[in-house]
Amino acid sequence: MSSTEIQGFVFAALALLVAGALPYFGSDYVLSLGISIAMFTVLATSWALFSGPTHYISLATAAFFGLGTYTTGLGFESLPIWSLIILAGVLGAVLAALVGLATLRLSGVYFVIFTLGLAELIRQVITWGQNMTGQKGLYVLTDLTEAHLYQMLVALAALVFLVGWLIGRSRLGFALRIIGDDETVAAHSGINTAQAKVLLFMVSGAVAAMTGAILAPRYIYIEPSLAFTPLLSFQVVIMALLGGVHRLWGPIVGVIPFTLILETISANFPNQVTLFIGIVFLVIVYFIPRGFAGLIETVRNWSAWREARS
Amino acid sequence: MMMKRRSALKLGAAAAASLAAPRLALAAETVKIGAVAPKTGPLAGGAVVTQWPNVALWANLVNAAGGLKVDGGQKMVEIIEYDDQTNPGETIKAVQRLATQDNADFIIAPYGTGFNIAAAPLFDRYKYPHLAVSAITDQVEDLASKFNGMFFLLGSTTAFVQGVVDVLKGMQADGTLTGNKVAMVNVADAFGIELAAAAKPLFTAAGFDIVYDSSYPLGTQDLSPVVKAAKAAQPNAFVAWSYPPDTFGLTEQAVIEDLQVEAYYTAVATCFPAFGGRFGAAAEGILGAGGINPDSEKFKAYAKAHMEVTGNAPDGWASATTYASLEVLQQSIETVGLDREAVTEHIRATTFDTVMGDMNFNANNFNEKFWTVGQWQDGVYQGVAETGRQGAKPVRVKQGWA
Repeated sequence: MSSTEIQGFVFAALALLVAGALPYFGSDYVLSLGISIAMFTVLATSWALFSGPTHYISLATAAFFGLGTYTTGLGFESLPIWSLIILAGVLGAVLAALVGLATLRLSGVYFVIFTLGLAELIRQVITWGQNMTGQKGLYVLTDLTEAHLYQMLVALAALVFLVGWLIGRSRLGFALRIIGDDETVAAHSGINTAQAKVLLFMVSGAVAAMTGAILAPRYIYIEPSLAFTPLLSFQVVIMALLGGVHRLWGPIVGVIPFTLILETISANFPNQVTLFIGIVFLVIVYFIPRGFAGLIETVRNWSAWREARS
Repeated sequence: MMMKRRSALKLGAAAAASLAAPRLALAAETVKIGAVAPKTGPLAGGAVVTQWPNVALWANLVNAAGGLKVDGGQKMVEIIEYDDQTNPGETIKAVQRLATQDNADFIIAPYGTGFNIAAAPLFDRYKYPHLAVSAITDQVEDLASKFNGMFFLLGSTTAFVQGVVDVLKGMQADGTLTGNKVAMVNVADAFGIELAAAAKPLFTAAGFDIVYDSSYPLGTQDLSPVVKAAKAAQPNAFVAWSYPPDTFGLTEQAVIEDLQVEAYYTAVATCFPAFGGRFGAAAEGILGAGGINPDSEKFKAYAKAHMEVTGNAPDGWASATTYASLEVLQQSIETVGLDREAVTEHIRATTFDTVMGDMNFNANNFNEKFWTVGQWQDGVYQGVAETGRQGAKPVRVKQGWA
């Protein structure tokens, strides 16, 4: 392991400790912001694991997230929460494998459209099931507090970063970067492109489902229109792109400012939330097209250049 | 490297400063009342008819009268509004913000069943009384025992269905409903599914024959196949457990198909002033969910003030109940002061005088007296079935669509 990697690990471990300890020193209000940040960090980072190297834009986050919330909603009375989170991860991976096998041989826009439809498809299937059985919304009444849920999300985030780092230095990660640069070249080099893409999509789907499973007790009342809201898929994509998807730590530098900006807007302009979010998007796309990660690297390069000159 | 750290610090400081920026300077004399409901998203359409106008009306009337009477003097109310964008995560954040950042003295219940339930743990943690109006559930007992400051004002799913069954039985007894054939449809979404599930056994037990039973997805544009198939079954009564867009859509098709039934019922939004405005004479005799007594002096005064302050008429169901929830809150605050736990105890133990009539809560924090069915009669939406309210009108038979 190189010294920069050791440095990175120490820094990550410290950040994780500070983040995990938030419930002990932050107010309840800070904690509720922390949950939003942790949730979107997990979702955006796992999204970028797949979409970053392959350039496949997935809008299926809500499908996996909803699957996770329903896993907890249906099972919380008979199984402990930790086993439901694992179960949700397995179900998410299986669903991602099925979808991936069917669609990842397609490229570009076909994949985007299919993933967008997937959340709606699952939502309609569950609604149909409810309609046939007269089953109502699910009530997830547990004793878990926001601090518990937050710490589970931070632990999941740590897992995602670890997996992302391991993938990045593995043969699989190398293969994905080649696929992202040129899929034809990758296939000619003997890479099983479909298998590589499906594997990564499974990781991303499993993580989103686990996030949904963790957050179900926070919403308490679960119904299809809330669990499968398409807005979630778009928010994740926007935050990941704002941060930058070419670095593992990219999405998190998008999630934190985005959540704070969103909070500032909701708190100060309750009648024009949508308008202001729209303006913020325009500003971001126009002025920082490479995301915050790109911006930070530019600044770093520039200051290095200046130091070299002086 | 230095540069990077400094700019990152600056960014963080700017974000922190904007978060901590004080809201408009507040006089110490105001009572802060928080309000969280959708202004955007799928539920915004309903919230701007029944929720927001009543919050504005109440604050306006209280302040016009010099404010809330507390601590031997009067304090103006200040409403702090947040848009939850029809997203439960945002509802939770906004209630948290009201409780801990804005230090709201009281918070008005959110809009929609799922949103009230998602916010319930926070109301409970900060001991806010939670007067839930737009939250209809059959889980009242569980919820009230877990969140003991949560009250339910608008009724239960089963009671709404029972109201319809009773109205139809009454029409049979009067001889205005000449058969027992019911065509029943429902929107395949939360409340529509619940109502339909509750209705099947109740209709059957009451001796009705469900000759047509079908559902359609939320957002269905073309409802003509639904109405055509219902008509082909030749029912005596047509019952739709519907949501606002399909309440309008089904009725349009019923006019086009000239659906000949003796009783015609659509659920949510039948009571909206816009429904009467849209269908005019054809609305005559249409039954809908919820009701009011428009002839009571209190309701007349309320409707007049609603018109003057907000520019619109109230609807025939949840509007007045939403306003009544604020009257309950006001009367309790004026009796026991700003201590939230004392207010909750007072609400539980007291009978209140509201625009809906007298209102009190049973052991499960449930208001047992409410309207279940209304009917358009001579251009006015009148309550025709209730569980303990005064002034119900006799039900009329539906006579054509002219």
